[in-house]
Amino acid sequence: MSTKLDIYTAKRRGRITNLLFTSVCFLATVTCVIVLFILIWNIILQGKSWLSWDFVDSFPSRFPHKAGIKSALYGSIWLIGLTALFSVPLGVGAAVYLEEYAPKSRWRKLIQLNISNLAGVPSIVYGILGLALFVRALALERSVLSGALTLTLVVLPIIILASQEALRSVPDSIRRSAYALGATRWQTVWYQVLPASLPGIMTGVILALSRALGEAAPLIVVGAMAYVPFVPERLSDEFTSLPIQIFNWTSRPQEDFHHLAAAGILVLLIVLVSMNAIAIFVRHKYGKKIRW
Amino acid sequence: MVTRNIGKAMGVLCLAMGIFLIGVGCSGGSNDGDGSESQAGNAGSGKLSGKVQIDGSSTVYPISEAVAEEFRKVQPDVRVTVGVHGTGAGMKKFIAGEIDICDASRGMKEKEAAACKEKGIEFIELSVAFDGLAVIVNPKNTWCDCLTTGQLKELWRPESGVKQWKDLNPKWPAKEIKLYGPGTDSGTFDYFTKAIVGEEKASRADYTASEDDNVLVTGVQSDEYALGYFGYAYYEENKDKLKLLGVDSGAGCKKPTVEAVRDNSYAPLSRPLFIYVRKSAFERPEAVAFVKFYLENAAELAADVGYVPVSDEVVKANQDSFKGALSK
Repeated sequence: MSTKLDIYTAKRRGRITNLLFTSVCFLATVTCVIVLFILIWNIILQGKSWLSWDFVDSFPSRFPHKAGIKSALYGSIWLIGLTALFSVPLGVGAAVYLEEYAPKSRWRKLIQLNISNLAGVPSIVYGILGLALFVRALALERSVLSGALTLTLVVLPIIILASQEALRSVPDSIRRSAYALGATRWQTVWYQVLPASLPGIMTGVILALSRALGEAAPLIVVGAMAYVPFVPERLSDEFTSLPIQIFNWTSRPQEDFHHLAAAGILVLLIVLVSMNAIAIFVRHKYGKKIRW
Repeated sequence: MVTRNIGKAMGVLCLAMGIFLIGVGCSGGSNDGDGSESQAGNAGSGKLSGKVQIDGSSTVYPISEAVAEEFRKVQPDVRVTVGVHGTGAGMKKFIAGEIDICDASRGMKEKEAAACKEKGIEFIELSVAFDGLAVIVNPKNTWCDCLTTGQLKELWRPESGVKQWKDLNPKWPAKEIKLYGPGTDSGTFDYFTKAIVGEEKASRADYTASEDDNVLVTGVQSDEYALGYFGYAYYEENKDKLKLLGVDSGAGCKKPTVEAVRDNSYAPLSRPLFIYVRKSAFERPEAVAFVKFYLENAAELAADVGYVPVSDEVVKANQDSFKGALSK
């Protein structure tokens, strides 16, 4: 009789705990969503009346009504394009080597540990490295190339880790079957493993590039300018970027510039959201086609 | 099936990158031509190209930006860039020969001048505007309209014992003074400490510091017992939220009006703003044209962005040193 009762109370207690835990988790989620919503709502309220084609297609100005973000937007596109160009082959290549080729030795462990640590290094540290290495030592000056190389350093560890994760999620049976059919290692990696992990790799790459797009600190150190009335046309040109332009506007005394900054944030958000949308699309499209 | 699609995707990706690279290469090539043309052009005549690089103080930035913006209407192909890394950082780049013009919200320090000499960098100093430092309190503050420089020094000196308003004047409330001021990298901080405390960078440390003057505005605005200081332009934009204090340096209480700042009766908190120009930059016609344009328009544009234009004598002195540098 008493044991029966015990089971009953234990069951009930379990249910209560369960309910409590569920509500705590739910509250946590709701809080995050609400904060995000308020933030975005605030930005939209402040910036929406300033957002127009003229805003996107004008150079910065001391008159808020004439000011635009053309140079910042183009600067950001240049930076992201170049960063992708440098970081994707390097990052994916390193991941393929570490996962598929490197012998499991102490060296590999050491390298792996270093990459994991580098992913957690604050971006401003890479900015200082970029200033010393690219701007001064390699004499690339305060150019869009120096900026992109610095951002490459920032996102490289993230891309390597994400790609490794994606490669690791390909079951070993795929590799073994390929070998069993007489495929070489190169054929196995290129025709089986890489395609199967591509959705994961692409997601990692695009998330990493989204992060690069939002970085301001390392670029300020490397020497992004505040007033740039032209679009970069070659690698050695000076540049500015969206986060830097926004930062510049928020520190102005005139209220109108703060609204401009909000409009700039909206543009940055639109670019970010569309990049993430591409990531989701790629994962969805190619993820579905893989059947083992 | 899978592999073919992936292959296609990779192909598209490679193609996109290829196009990007070709685009970069082409635009690079077409622009190299422009660069050589500018060498042939004469100063002040015809269309110029090339670049002029400015960096330094965030206080002087609005003026340089305004001049650069107007100059673009005259010479659209000259690429003028302006950075805001602070006077100190600007000077470092100037000494390293990385920029042509350094914006400075204080005069060049002896150490910096010595470093320039050592590197063989000759320069001219041009005074482009005046700025007043505003000492401000919350609008709810009814007891205080004016502070003497003595009181300010007592308040801001290192290890200051002033904690409450009544420590400055027994008639004032026994409430804690919340202090707001610019961060230590700022030229404004250097100038204020030198003018008030008597020694550069000597300040009490227990105050809310920010390089972003809007943070200071918000801070003082939200606290009845707050006091802060920053550039006058920030007060001008937030007049309705703040109360401006007068400063008495012995000759009566003065507020930073245009006249008081310019004739230096708002002493010691009015300061000249400078640009430093590297003499070797004058070998390039676009730099000559830009500096000439700067001097011609600084007065009007400085007033536009909230500063006090320099007097006619200073304008003349600027012109003389500019011509002197050119004739050499």
